[in-house]
Amino acid sequence: MSATLVKTASTAPPAEPALRVVPTRRAGQWAAAGLVIVLLALGLVSVVRNKAFQWDVVAEYFTSASVLRGLGLTLWLTALVMALGFVLGTLLAVLRLSANPVLRAVSWGYVWFFRSTPILVQLLFWFNIGVLYPQILGVNTVNLLGPVAVAVIGLTLHEAAYAAEVVRGGILSVDRGQIEAAQSLGLGRWRRLSRIVLPQAMRAIVPPAGNMLIGTLKGTSIVSVIAVQDLLYSTQLVYHRTYEIIPLLLVATLWYVAVTSVLGIGQHYVERHYARGTAGAR
Amino acid sequence: MSSVTTADPAAGTATAKVEIRSVHKHFGPLHVLRGIDLDIRAGEVTVVLGPSGSGKSTLLRTVNHLEKVDGGTVSVDGVLVGYRRSGNKLYELREREILKQRTRIGFVFQNFHLFPHLTVLENIVEAPVSALKRPRKEAEAAARSLLERVGLADKAEAYPKQLSGGQQQRVAIARALALEPGLLLFDEPTSALDPELVGEVLDVIKDLAASGTTMIVVTHEIGFAREVADTVVFMDEGRIVEQGPPAEVLDSPRHERTRAFLSKVL
Repeated sequence: MSATLVKTASTAPPAEPALRVVPTRRAGQWAAAGLVIVLLALGLVSVVRNKAFQWDVVAEYFTSASVLRGLGLTLWLTALVMALGFVLGTLLAVLRLSANPVLRAVSWGYVWFFRSTPILVQLLFWFNIGVLYPQILGVNTVNLLGPVAVAVIGLTLHEAAYAAEVVRGGILSVDRGQIEAAQSLGLGRWRRLSRIVLPQAMRAIVPPAGNMLIGTLKGTSIVSVIAVQDLLYSTQLVYHRTYEIIPLLLVATLWYVAVTSVLGIGQHYVERHYARGTAGAR
Repeated sequence: MSSVTTADPAAGTATAKVEIRSVHKHFGPLHVLRGIDLDIRAGEVTVVLGPSGSGKSTLLRTVNHLEKVDGGTVSVDGVLVGYRRSGNKLYELREREILKQRTRIGFVFQNFHLFPHLTVLENIVEAPVSALKRPRKEAEAAARSLLERVGLADKAEAYPKQLSGGQQQRVAIARALALEPGLLLFDEPTSALDPELVGEVLDVIKDLAASGTTMIVVTHEIGFAREVADTVVFMDEGRIVEQGPPAEVLDSPRHERTRAFLSKVL
């Protein structure tokens, strides 16, 4: 067939010049983009020029010792709650998928209960646990569980309920054949979970876990109600004294935005790691 | 492969016989295996043919207890699979004991089921290291020589998705061989492959057949059955319709159903 093509081509009149593609003119798109940019610029100018934002005060407190201490607490509280929450959540997910109906029911009940009550209520409840149990192992509950310990316990138990569902979804996303292959090779239950199932489940776990991490980072600000000096509470302490409410809220906001951005970048690399071995990833 | 030291003599390369006695299996209302009796001598290659839904894959999966039987027994080398007999009772074994039995039985799946997040070498080394507690170095050396045997020596560091279907299935065969099983089970090993890749996988299986390992192969490849099988078993509707040497079953089948099936696939 190619031979006949060549033949006709040689006898044909001179070839047409190469054709140039001219895209449709999208006047509407340009206009919309221009309008949005102008609006953004107007907004930015008003924010910068409005003295009431008190940017000088923002700058003054942005790296002040008390704010940085609050930031530090927010960061380690987030990390600890995420880590403990996911350990407990993974355990709950495995229980939920076990063959034992009692364990399944307990796991289901846990998730049901801790997802059904507001985190604020849970925190206040743990904060007042001393009313129910004045002493634990002979120690006064109030001394044993300070506000920070209450924050860790309350946030972790709440986090675990959500983590359990995320991990369960991840495990269910792994092809059943992978487990059969591992069984046929004689791999034990723990090895199947840790080496075969969970690493593959991570692909489905990481995106919602990244969501949860960012949610938890900001969610820890709720501990300000039980006077734990996190990022938000440390700025509140300042403005309760100076009444510079807006600039100090801006300080907290900017820090939350900064940390969230860094976490988003980190998530990108974690996702790339767990995508290894899939098409397109090298 | 025989150069590898065997930690457990019972798990060695000794080839195994298989005895299947009046095995029944139900999936809900479906009676998929309706009393299967089959004897396979050590070192024999048995090819199981039959239309889809005839129960041949289910039968294969009962041999390494991936499916529990509802009645009857399967034994490999005289040892019951999945159960311990005491008097007239069968006690189901603990998972740990079943897993140990499975290390002596290699299973190759239709869809390979390689572990996609592990390299080819890691796929093969996993079971010897974690199930048989072999030293990693030793297991890796054995894995590399297995890869050479299936013609993929240069793919040790590749991930499964970077290989063709035929290459993946050959890795899966190497992975099953890494446990030095006395019995190999193949569940339609070429059914998920593009036609031009079937040959390379069948060649590897033929090599293995010549090496004297007991094999049960569920397949639709009649030519392969004719060439390699010692015994061909034809199944339909959960029963064995007939069995015998390939020349008998394939060329002069006694049963109408066998004839009808063969006339469709040949």
